[in-house]
Amino acid sequence: MSRLDLAGKLGILADAAKYDASCASSGAQRRDSKGGKGIGSTTGSGICHAYAPDGRCISLLKILLTNSCIFDCHYCINRKSSNVRRARFTAKEVVDLTLDFYRRNYIEGLFLSSGIIQSPDYTMEQIVEVARSLREDHHFRGYIHLKTIPDADPALVTAAGVHADRVSINVELPTRDGLTRLAPEKSEARIEGAMDGMKLAILDGKDARQRYRHAPKFAPSGQSTQMIVGADAATDRDIVGRAHGLYDRFSLKRVYYSAFSPIPDASAVLPLKRPPLMREHRLYQGDWLMRFYGFQPSEVQAAANDNGMLPLEIDPKLAWALKFRDLFPVDVNRAPRETLLRIPGLGPRAVKNLLAARRHRTLTLEDVGRLTTSVTKLRPFIVTVDWRPVALADRADLSAYVKPKPQQLELF
Amino acid sequence: MHQVRLSREDDVDGWREAARGLAAAGVPGEKVLWQVGEASDDLFGGAATPLPSGGTLRVPKAFLGLANRALLHAEPQRWAMLYALLLRVSRQPGLLGDRADPALRRIMALEAQVRRDLHKMHAFLRFRELRDAEGPRFVAFYEPEHHIVRATAGFFTGRFTNMRWSILTPKGSLHWDGAVLTEGPAASRKDAPAGDPVEAIWGQYYKAIFNPARLMTRAMLSEMPKKYWKNMPETALIPEMIAGARGRELKMIERSLSAGVASPETPARTSDPPSPDTVAARRSGS
Repeated sequence: MSRLDLAGKLGILADAAKYDASCASSGAQRRDSKGGKGIGSTTGSGICHAYAPDGRCISLLKILLTNSCIFDCHYCINRKSSNVRRARFTAKEVVDLTLDFYRRNYIEGLFLSSGIIQSPDYTMEQIVEVARSLREDHHFRGYIHLKTIPDADPALVTAAGVHADRVSINVELPTRDGLTRLAPEKSEARIEGAMDGMKLAILDGKDARQRYRHAPKFAPSGQSTQMIVGADAATDRDIVGRAHGLYDRFSLKRVYYSAFSPIPDASAVLPLKRPPLMREHRLYQGDWLMRFYGFQPSEVQAAANDNGMLPLEIDPKLAWALKFRDLFPVDVNRAPRETLLRIPGLGPRAVKNLLAARRHRTLTLEDVGRLTTSVTKLRPFIVTVDWRPVALADRADLSAYVKPKPQQLELF
Repeated sequence: MHQVRLSREDDVDGWREAARGLAAAGVPGEKVLWQVGEASDDLFGGAATPLPSGGTLRVPKAFLGLANRALLHAEPQRWAMLYALLLRVSRQPGLLGDRADPALRRIMALEAQVRRDLHKMHAFLRFRELRDAEGPRFVAFYEPEHHIVRATAGFFTGRFTNMRWSILTPKGSLHWDGAVLTEGPAASRKDAPAGDPVEAIWGQYYKAIFNPARLMTRAMLSEMPKKYWKNMPETALIPEMIAGARGRELKMIERSLSAGVASPETPARTSDPPSPDTVAARRSGS
């Protein structure tokens, strides 16, 4: 095998990392480099420095330290039995690459993950060394997200939390059965044990900071996880339930979904076709309903069809509203915030605007139109001083009325 | 007629000073002419009345934030629009909560566009490295839509504190030597370096991180419209990436099919919903 140069390695190790959904650099505490010796800052909301033609934001340098792996997880392009070309960065190469990109304003920071080589502890040591060098040798104050390995020594996982803004451990698949079948060397108990350990370490860190102002920060942006959708038999209802359980038990900041993508040299136990991209999108919408709209998991699950899947052609909030039509129409001049948030087509910002505006005036349909993006979608569900839907919410074909019309695809 | 001369396009302090005096004296909006720089004299002739000064005016804090950003917009009427709003807000402090008010909405739209312009400059500006006697220096050329260059200085000095850098734009330049920020005149693209060797490696990353199985160009374009592309080196790769995408995915599937390995266990395909609704899926990103 010919020797790979840096660009060649980067090609392999970024390609291998792209199946990871998370790239967010948000949730960081604000800091900058004034008074420091290095570079870097975090703004709180994160910045997307570029977008790829897959529509995804490029915020972090997202790479693997190596794509060699001693595990054989079927859904993973880097599994032991896959014949992809292997490459490995040294810790110093990753550090230099991160700084070179950061100085040119290409990225917000680093998201480092790795295949497991030699042993989980050895691999974790290498990952931690990259973060340590960035922080201590180069005084880097940008964002660092480290993927930690459930089986590594807890002391190493703690070291990761000291340098990183966010740490994550993948649950990989929504069901235990899926994990046993597709990732035979991984165990749900070990993964969850590690997440629990991380949760406690983050809590300890917060506690110490309250008592001692100079106690080191520990993963100030918390922990997140990711599961692959469409590789096992889990329904959306299962996934919503599982995600809720994870948020609840491990105080996660985010659960990411990654639609299973056909990967080169895929294992034969996997579906050949990708699940519709829309499925992942609908699951994220369901996630938002729970995190920002006050929906209970059971309510999001109630929006699913009989087969347990969220409808693909309409969003879960509309699906929910169509199932519970007796709750509509809602009077936008009187309803409390929680009820306004249930109206399909109204987001938290529009609701905030409506609440502020109605202190000054009694809202008409035109006012509502000015405060929201699309009044057409809202009309069947709301009452204003000059508008009341004519039994529209009772129409059997309501779903057809509010569904987006099919559109011709555009040439690029 | 009162005439206010603002020193430059982002002279928010000058506007605030003049507006405070005028509003305290109760001068109506149609009696004020706002001008930037040493522009030609008042079209309507006639000597300008001296500006009233002093007086006190109380407005909600939120108004100042709104004005500070909206006044950076390229809209020539912005000074007068904000002055008119100031007069109303000083009489009716709760006005800012009424997002259904048409004049307020127009100004908030200006503010939103300025915010986006600021955000995109933080995001899409690209430095190129030069070497001079003192070591490395980083230079960027960028074309903001609104008068935001000075307003981005805090972000760039806070992030690239220990680098020497210059940001060149057609609306003026910023130079940072690691301690002091200085301003310079408008610049053009040819004043900036034409390339940087690291860009090839960055392009390699950009190509590799792209997932050809999920082409969604509309989502990309809504966040990164083509007007930004000319100052972003990686965008030169986009056409070939899109052209290659479908082919790459089909090849992968074909290869898996032709491998023809019998599945050792039940295929997990049963979980898949019926055929993908591609039309809806393409729309999802936009």
